[in-house]
Parts: sequence; structure tokens; C-alpha cells
Amino acid sequence: MMPWLPSKRSVVSSALTLRNKWDRLMADHLQLFEVFIRSRRGLDHKHVGSLHADDPEQALEYARDVYTRRGEGVSIWVVASKDITASQESDCDSFYDPLDDKPYRHASMYELPEGVDSL
Amino acid sequence: MADNIVALPNEEQFQARIDAEEKIEPKDWMPEKYRQNLIRQISQHAHSEVIGEQPEGNWITRAPTLERKAILLAKVQDEAGHGLYLYSAAETLGVTREELIDRLHKGVSKYASIFNYPSLTWADIGAIGWLVDSAAIVNQVSLQNTSYGPYARAMVRICKEESFHQRQGYNIMMVLMQGSEEQRAMAQDAMNRWWWPALMMFGPHDGESAHSAQSMKWKIKRRTNDDLRQQYVDQAVQQAHAIGLTVPDLDLKWNEQREHFDFGAIDWDEFQRVIAGNGPCNRQRLAHHIQAHEEGKWVRDAMAAFEAKRRKQRADVA
Repeated sequence: MMPWLPSKRSVVSSALTLRNKWDRLMADHLQLFEVFIRSRRGLDHKHVGSLHADDPEQALEYARDVYTRRGEGVSIWVVASKDITASQESDCDSFYDPLDDKPYRHASMYELPEGVDSL
Repeated sequence: MADNIVALPNEEQFQARIDAEEKIEPKDWMPEKYRQNLIRQISQHAHSEVIGEQPEGNWITRAPTLERKAILLAKVQDEAGHGLYLYSAAETLGVTREELIDRLHKGVSKYASIFNYPSLTWADIGAIGWLVDSAAIVNQVSLQNTSYGPYARAMVRICKEESFHQRQGYNIMMVLMQGSEEQRAMAQDAMNRWWWPALMMFGPHDGESAHSAQSMKWKIKRRTNDDLRQQYVDQAVQQAHAIGLTVPDLDLKWNEQREHFDFGAIDWDEFQRVIAGNGPCNRQRLAHHIQAHEEGKWVRDAMAAFEAKRRKQRADVA
């Protein structure tokens, strides 16, 4: 056995320790936040990414530093990722199924007589 | 209304922002009158979407074909959705849904007067979709540029969905006009009854509109009542003629100089009468809304009870 290499057992155990530390760190301090930015007054806030922070106030400051260094926005929203309930793309078929067979919801289904516009 | 506003230090900055075409967002400072004016207009708009379901809902069970029934159901469902977008926009101004509904029920808050007219025949569903929704769209397209951000964004969403509404209405009228003599007469009768109330939807003439001047200054309204009404007449007349309908106005004629249609005088006494609560269906519309609201109370109570139970369960687990 080569003394300068750690034993297999100690690699596993230090990885576990790291993992535990990370979990603890995550659990104790760093929440994940999703960041939304309004680029201009009057527009919707758009999702731009996420970051870790201690609390919402800190997330806001981090978001400013990370996502708006070049004047990308006039307003930022941060939302704890755990508070977002999302539908899954893999469920599309069943989730949207009742809405997919209604072509009459689209204006293009109704033909207009010649010469009629503004409808 | 505008004269007794006391200018606050912030008011000038606020107006400067409006003048620069900047949107106002929910957390911005705004004059109290601006907020009240918006709540009045947005909630009136929301109520109109919801009350407007009544004359159309009246024909869901009697639509002439299964397809027409599915289309009408989809349209009425859209109207409920539009009401929701608008109530939500109003709520960003710090008013609750309960307060808004309460004001409607007490008659403090209005809705579009046109929904106080009855839908007597199937052709009325065509006339409502085409004439009433078209008038609403002319107004709403201009409101996509209103100064309050959440209202403007709700308008963008609503306008996108409205074009189906007017087209299905126009299609009903077109098909009737291609039908028997009786069907054509039915379409013309609906046209005769809905035309003038549709013109009234744009409100009083500019000089007589109670809120217009201040609303224009604050850019809540972007175009005047008369300006919007003229655009509507020009469009609708052309659409009516294209399918063989006669516009019930003997004074209607193309004005070469203005490049617009001239049209006859609107019966403002009728307009005032209906607004004051004495149109053909005012009491029925409100009574029905109140009844539906009260009969739905057990659903709201059940939802609240369920939510409280879930909160307690989550608290017990934590």
C-alpha cells in the first residue's frame, strides 16, 4: 500500500463528511432562490436564473450583483425555489389533454368574407 | 373631480413619469385619486366580463348545433377568465376581491350597460360576439397602452383571446344571412336592437364624460370616447354591409372630407336610464349575480376549511 495515497475507506469517509457538511451548509444557510427581472417598466418580470442565499434580502443583493451588472433590469423578484410549484413537461399529454381538441378557440378557424378586415 | 386634488410634492414627479410614457407599477407611489380611479375602472371592466356571461349563458343550452354550443361554452369560459385577470389587476392596488364584489352588489360599482339588454334570439349571440365584443376590443386595444402596468398587461392577454370572440359572432351572423328569409330577418332584428347600445358602450361625448379629462391626463385612458366610437362605426359598417345587413341609422353616410362615416344622434336619455338601473334587465342581472354568489358560499367555506386543515397538518408535521 502506498502511504501517500489515502485508503479507499478514508476516501469514502471524507467524501461522506464533505457531503454531510454540504448538506448541513445547505440546510443551515443556503437556500436556492429563483430570480426574475423586469427589464423595462411595463414589461413582465422574466425568469433569468437562480442563486443561493441566506435569506430573501441577501438573494436580492446577490441577484443584483450576478444578473444586472449591465443595466439588465429596473426591478428584481426573488422567490425561494421550494415555493414554486411546477407542472412537468413529461405530463404534457395528460395535463393539457382537455384543451387540445378545441380548434374553435382560435380566430383563424372562422373564415371571413372577401373585403372584410379589422376582425 | 380634478379640481380638488391637492398637489403633493410627489405628484409632479408622478405626472412627469406619466408624461414620459413610463408605466406605473404596483409598489410605486401614486396619487390616491389615481389609485381610486383605476380601481373604479378596472373593477367595472372586470364586472362587465362576468355579468356579460349572463346574456350569452342564456343560450348555451339552446345553441342550434353541438359545435355552436361548444364554441359558446368556450367563449363564456374565456369571459370568466378575463374577469379573473382584471380582478387580479385591481387587487394589486390594495383592494380585496370581496370588497369589489360587495360594491357591485350594492350598486356602487357599475358594469357595461349593454349587458342590461336581453338576448332574445340565437342571432343575439351573433350580435353580441360581433358588435359588443368588437366595441370592447376597440376600447381594449387602446388600453394596452394604459399607464398602469398590471392593467396594460391584462389587456394584452385579453385582446389576444378576444379575436376569436368577435369572429365567432360575425360567423353566426354571416351564416344566418346566407340562410332562409326568416333567418335573415332574425339577424337583422338583432342588428337593429344591438347597434345603438353598442355605440353607447364608448360612453358619453367627450365634453360630457365625468372621468375622461383626468383619465386622459393620467393616461389611464389613451383615446377619447368619440374617437374610439368613430373607429368602431367605420369598421362595423363595412362588416355589416359585407354580409348584407343594414345599419339601423338613416343618417349614416360616408363623409368624403373627414374620410369617416357620419352617423345619427345617440339617445342619451336611454343611456342614462339604463345606467341608472332601469334598463330591461338591470335588476335581473344583479339579482342573478347575488344569487350565484350566495349559492356558492358553501364552496368558498369548504375551501377555507380545507386550507385551514392542511395548514394545521403541515404545522403538526413541522
